[in-house]
Amino acid sequence: MENEVKLAAGAMVALSVATAALVVLPYLQVRDIKPPEGLMPYTSAELRGRQVYVANGCVYCHSQQPRDRNFGPDAQRGWGRAAVPGDYYYDKPHLLGSMRTGPDLFNIGARQPSKDWQLGHLYQPRAYVPGSIMPSYPFLFDVKDAAEPDDDVVKLPPNKAPFGKVVVARPEALDLVKYLQGLNHTYPVLPPPVQAAPASPATPAS
Amino acid sequence: MDSAILSLLGAFLLSIMGLFFFIWSMRKGLLVENPRAATVIFAPGELGRVDDPALQGGAQDRWQGAIAKPGESDHVEDPDELRHRIEADHSTAFPVFMFIAFAIFWLVLGSLAGLTASLKLHMPDLLVSEAWETFGRIRTIHLTAVLYGWITNAALGVIIWLLPRLLRTQLVGAMWVMLGGALINTGIASAIGAIGSGWTDGMEYLEIPWQIGIFIVAGFVCIIGPVLYTLVNRKVESLYVSVWYMVAALLWIALLFIIGKLPGVHTGVQQATTNWWYGHNVLGLWFTPVSVGAIYYFLPKIIGRPVRSYNLSILGFWTLAFFYGQVGGHHLIGGPIPGWLITLSIVQSMMMIIPVAAFTINMAGTMWGRMHLARQSPTLRFMMFGGFMYMLSSLQGSLEALRSVNQVAHFTHFTVAHAHLGAYAFVTMVLFGAIYFMLPRVLNWEWPYPRLITLQFWLAVLGISIYFVGLSIGGWLQGLAMLDASKPFMESVAVTIPYLQWRSVGGSLMLASHLVFAGHFLAMALRFGPTRTGAALFTRPTKALELAHGE
Repeated sequence: MENEVKLAAGAMVALSVATAALVVLPYLQVRDIKPPEGLMPYTSAELRGRQVYVANGCVYCHSQQPRDRNFGPDAQRGWGRAAVPGDYYYDKPHLLGSMRTGPDLFNIGARQPSKDWQLGHLYQPRAYVPGSIMPSYPFLFDVKDAAEPDDDVVKLPPNKAPFGKVVVARPEALDLVKYLQGLNHTYPVLPPPVQAAPASPATPAS
Repeated sequence: MDSAILSLLGAFLLSIMGLFFFIWSMRKGLLVENPRAATVIFAPGELGRVDDPALQGGAQDRWQGAIAKPGESDHVEDPDELRHRIEADHSTAFPVFMFIAFAIFWLVLGSLAGLTASLKLHMPDLLVSEAWETFGRIRTIHLTAVLYGWITNAALGVIIWLLPRLLRTQLVGAMWVMLGGALINTGIASAIGAIGSGWTDGMEYLEIPWQIGIFIVAGFVCIIGPVLYTLVNRKVESLYVSVWYMVAALLWIALLFIIGKLPGVHTGVQQATTNWWYGHNVLGLWFTPVSVGAIYYFLPKIIGRPVRSYNLSILGFWTLAFFYGQVGGHHLIGGPIPGWLITLSIVQSMMMIIPVAAFTINMAGTMWGRMHLARQSPTLRFMMFGGFMYMLSSLQGSLEALRSVNQVAHFTHFTVAHAHLGAYAFVTMVLFGAIYFMLPRVLNWEWPYPRLITLQFWLAVLGISIYFVGLSIGGWLQGLAMLDASKPFMESVAVTIPYLQWRSVGGSLMLASHLVFAGHFLAMALRFGPTRTGAALFTRPTKALELAHGE
């Protein structure tokens, strides 16, 4: 084991085995998946909002992958059924997340569809959820003396707006809320086919 | 039924292959110890001599006295060998200094960002008025600065410094290495700016926009070229185990980064598996092998005794290479990805116990009877602490991959604590130790205030201990609360608050330790402190200063 060819070749073989298992095989397996019938492509406003979600790192505290009942009470918390690969058909970059410092958001659009709540909660989470540690996002809003005609004024709970001012949502905040409202994966899905082989219609299920 | 037969068949084939491998290794004589290969890091005359450039004048002699035993230092000195090493050190001094300087800059910046992010988690209305200050961006700036800025630069410094020493030759193409370093650091600086302004690729560990990633890849290519060329033109016959780890790690990280960042290929769930394939491998196939390689060099070198078993270290290398690459899927347990992939990752996570056990047995055997030396040698203290934490973090990681443990720990701060045990208590501490050893040789100047080294060590140890213990408890309680359907979600937030505050306390101590380290580095680089013409380690001023290397 004393030459550099063995070193380089061995290192590359080891890495290719890993790459085959974790990159190439999933690619082949997931490549032909079709989006579920209930899943709509993102609108352009939702895509812009998704970009705001990505840019501000929401994914570092919010997962988007409800787990099966055997794993936890995700469904009982109203986070939705277990996710399937098809649910992510339009997702790029993926936002599965690895932390639940805040709740899972895969079905936040179904759980909390109110635009006013979402806007106000982004402006000051603690006005709605006492004890929340989510940052407030004042930079997504303008504070003005009076609203202009086509402004989206945020309806905050009493005493939560700066005194004598109105809080107006910027376009980024509106897009982000559209994206959150669109996060709704409550449509039914069939369990994914057990084998990737093309199912022949004549074969009865075993 | 299908899967049962398949796994039985798989187990059968694996055992047959294992049997053949065993027979083959017997025939090749791989089970016979190979002490010659383990001693290549010592020049003749160095066996049994302690070596720690971070030690002051008389301390080194007193220290030598602590291990003097008859029979271990009967080698004859060979000035030729030492001259080779001095030439090797000369050829790398500039690039190594550059990498270390950048590394320390990013360390301070990154830990500032880290402490800010930590404070924000229990003071959510702190620094919210500007977009770049928001938690999601500051946290990512912290990660990019410490992982790519600090660890990667410091690791490159260690690799570039060690390889010519181990290969007994000079570094070929130092200018290319420096160009590579400049490109990488341009990439890191741009990436941090991009993330601050909201331009990110949006995946954990892969946030750096791919357009900026091109700089980093170009930088790695500029470094790998000279390294391979130096390797081919080496003057030693057998490759020491550190060379295996470090050259492989360099090749791995370049490929990992390229595949992970390929634009327009990955999508949906497959992107998630690629993400974690990368995310875990950047730790497992880049930080870990470089740090383990560094321990395999520095620890025996400092105590003047060859590593106990060379073959065990090679076994550790190959098992790490084959198992570590496939463990990334355990980050997606319970997620919407194929079950076989998760099972594979869990199995390989458990297999990682083999290389860790090989490393631990080997190091314990090497250190046996000389642990007390850590009281005197600052470098050894860092190395021993780091090595011990490697064992702990890796075993913890294997356990965390088990479904039952993962169920609680997944999605919580427990994982964050674990990541810091690996990246800080293990990798960063080893890199600190390596820098304390290397810099006196690179700058030809002693560390001006030795007490600061001890201060930094204890600040860092105390800081990471508070951080790890506190956050692990908090994360576990968080996970239990989240699994309890009768508790509202907010309870899982509230339970973590005191532990998040303790994390900030630990983080402050770590930042303080880094400020001490950076200040000490500056004092040394600017030649502050007690006036000394060259390293005062060597008490015989008549002797050509550099020839005293290795004494």
